Amino acid sequence: MTETIDKTALLQFLLRMGDNTLILGHRVSEWCGHSPVLEEDIALANTALDLIGQTQLWLDYAAEVQGEGRTADDLAFLRDAWDFRNVLLVELPNGDFGQTLMRQFLYDAWASIMLGRLQKSADERVREIAEKAAKENAYHVERSADTVVGLGDGTEESHARMQAALDYLYPYVGELFESDATDAAMAEAGIAPDPASLRAEYDAFVGRVMAEATLTIPEKAYVHRGGRSGTMHTEHLGHLLCTMQWLQRAYPGCQW
Amino acid sequence: MYAQMVKSTGKGVKTREEMSEDERAFQDKIDADTKIEPRDWMPEEYRKTLVRQIGQHAHSEIVGQLPEGNWITRAPTLERKMILLAKVQDEAGHGLYLYCAAETLGVSRDDLTEDLLSGKMKYSSIFNYPTLNWADIGAVGWLVDGAAIMNQVPLQRTSYGPYSRAMIRICKEESFHQRQGYDIMMKMAQGSPEQKRMAQDALDRFWYPSLMMFGPSDKDSVHSAQSMAWKIKINTNDELRQKFVDQTVPQAEYLGLSIPDPDLTWNEETGHYDFTEPNWQEFFDVIKGNGPCNTERMNDRTRAWEDGRWVREGLMAHARKKAARTAAE
Ligand SMILES: [Fe+2]
Ligand SMILES: [Fe+2]
Ligand SMILES: [Fe+2]
Repeated sequence: MTETIDKTALLQFLLRMGDNTLILGHRVSEWCGHSPVLEEDIALANTALDLIGQTQLWLDYAAEVQGEGRTADDLAFLRDAWDFRNVLLVELPNGDFGQTLMRQFLYDAWASIMLGRLQKSADERVREIAEKAAKENAYHVERSADTVVGLGDGTEESHARMQAALDYLYPYVGELFESDATDAAMAEAGIAPDPASLRAEYDAFVGRVMAEATLTIPEKAYVHRGGRSGTMHTEHLGHLLCTMQWLQRAYPGCQW
Repeated sequence: MYAQMVKSTGKGVKTREEMSEDERAFQDKIDADTKIEPRDWMPEEYRKTLVRQIGQHAHSEIVGQLPEGNWITRAPTLERKMILLAKVQDEAGHGLYLYCAAETLGVSRDDLTEDLLSGKMKYSSIFNYPTLNWADIGAVGWLVDGAAIMNQVPLQRTSYGPYSRAMIRICKEESFHQRQGYDIMMKMAQGSPEQKRMAQDALDRFWYPSLMMFGPSDKDSVHSAQSMAWKIKINTNDELRQKFVDQTVPQAEYLGLSIPDPDLTWNEETGHYDFTEPNWQEFFDVIKGNGPCNTERMNDRTRAWEDGRWVREGLMAHARKKAARTAAE
């Protein structure tokens, strides 16, 4: 990577990637021991584990780029909500199992396209992380797509619940494809694609899965934004951080 | 030990003369360490006892996710969070292996689950204790998984093939759990004064409940005698408890923590530690449902099962539709 790359932009990009996986991994881990079937307990714990593993890689790199001697743990446990850069979608509460899996699919579908592009990044480190994450994501997206189809095209009740989940979550999808100056700088440097350029592929993929699931994608959905720019998170994030960061905040400077 | 007070025939072990021809042939196989496989003939009471034991063990793995799951969202570092997630995932996997082993004896996982939720079947008393500070996660790995290993290592040689094979897979993972738990205790015991306090507090609360995991003394129990003759129980509860104490005391000393037993002493003559028995009244209270967390644990599992009904039904309905569509093509 050349020294001319805008460090601030690169840091923002890495935080966006790492915060998405951190917050989503946290949400998924809340299911532990409470799933509808044992196989799902195992699969959800596994998904959370993969996502936290990816977080470690993204935030390690972010801390390095930041160059202030901090660690991935410092970034995860010692930033307040306004410094988080995840999309709003991943911080929304789990709701029922259907809502959790719908959120997972909407994220996984985006991640599968994003990680595919990042494997061609001009930044070697980004390429390596994306390669590892893409392998894990391939399994996640297959599973979440299958579950969305199974429950959408299941009973009347499961169909209704999945449609309600899609209606609730879809307004949070648009933020994944927003472009700003950070994205322009990343695209310019060949590090990451312009998010808007992923949209057509995403729509085609999600459209196919929802059709199979007999679910209707809301038309002209409003776009809630403010997570990846950090300008306005939901109220949910603060509570999530209270839980996640509690030990590090209550007993600062300890080894765990 | 995840299976406590498993009832057997309650009649005492039959002499060879009292046995039928089938029973004699069966006992000969067991005495020769030949594994019993699902299709082999077996006494009905052997099958029933095994279902109770394996089922109780499986339920313990499942309910055991809860006290540890209680700290996943609060784990203090990304690495600790990953280790804990992996551990809890392993425990769910253990539950799965064990339910599969029970299925080979003709009971479905759903039947066993219903029996757990109706209170007909039990799970280990240990999971009715709360995890109150982060060191509890260390203590659970060190002591609870440690006690489980004590019991499960000999069960790798148990007479029932599918159970024995499940135990072999499980034991490999349990030793990781114990090491990781001890590693947390080490960090805490060497940490700040508050961390040390958490570590000691965890040991104080988990010591006696861990000793209870082996169950009350069964040296005179007819149930245990039969189970031992069938090699579905290998050691007495007292033997395993003693082994556990002997192993754990030096580990606690190494951590600089004190075991909450003023009468704990090394006995030169026996070559073992003398120790105070746990309060067995408390144990029976917990088994009856009056432990600190029984209600929460059962509520959690019941809610998971009830709230998950629409998911299970939805996925099954979809599978049927798919099969019908394939058949129509
Ligand atoms: Fe286990
Ligand atoms: Fe265990
Ligand atoms: Fe374990």
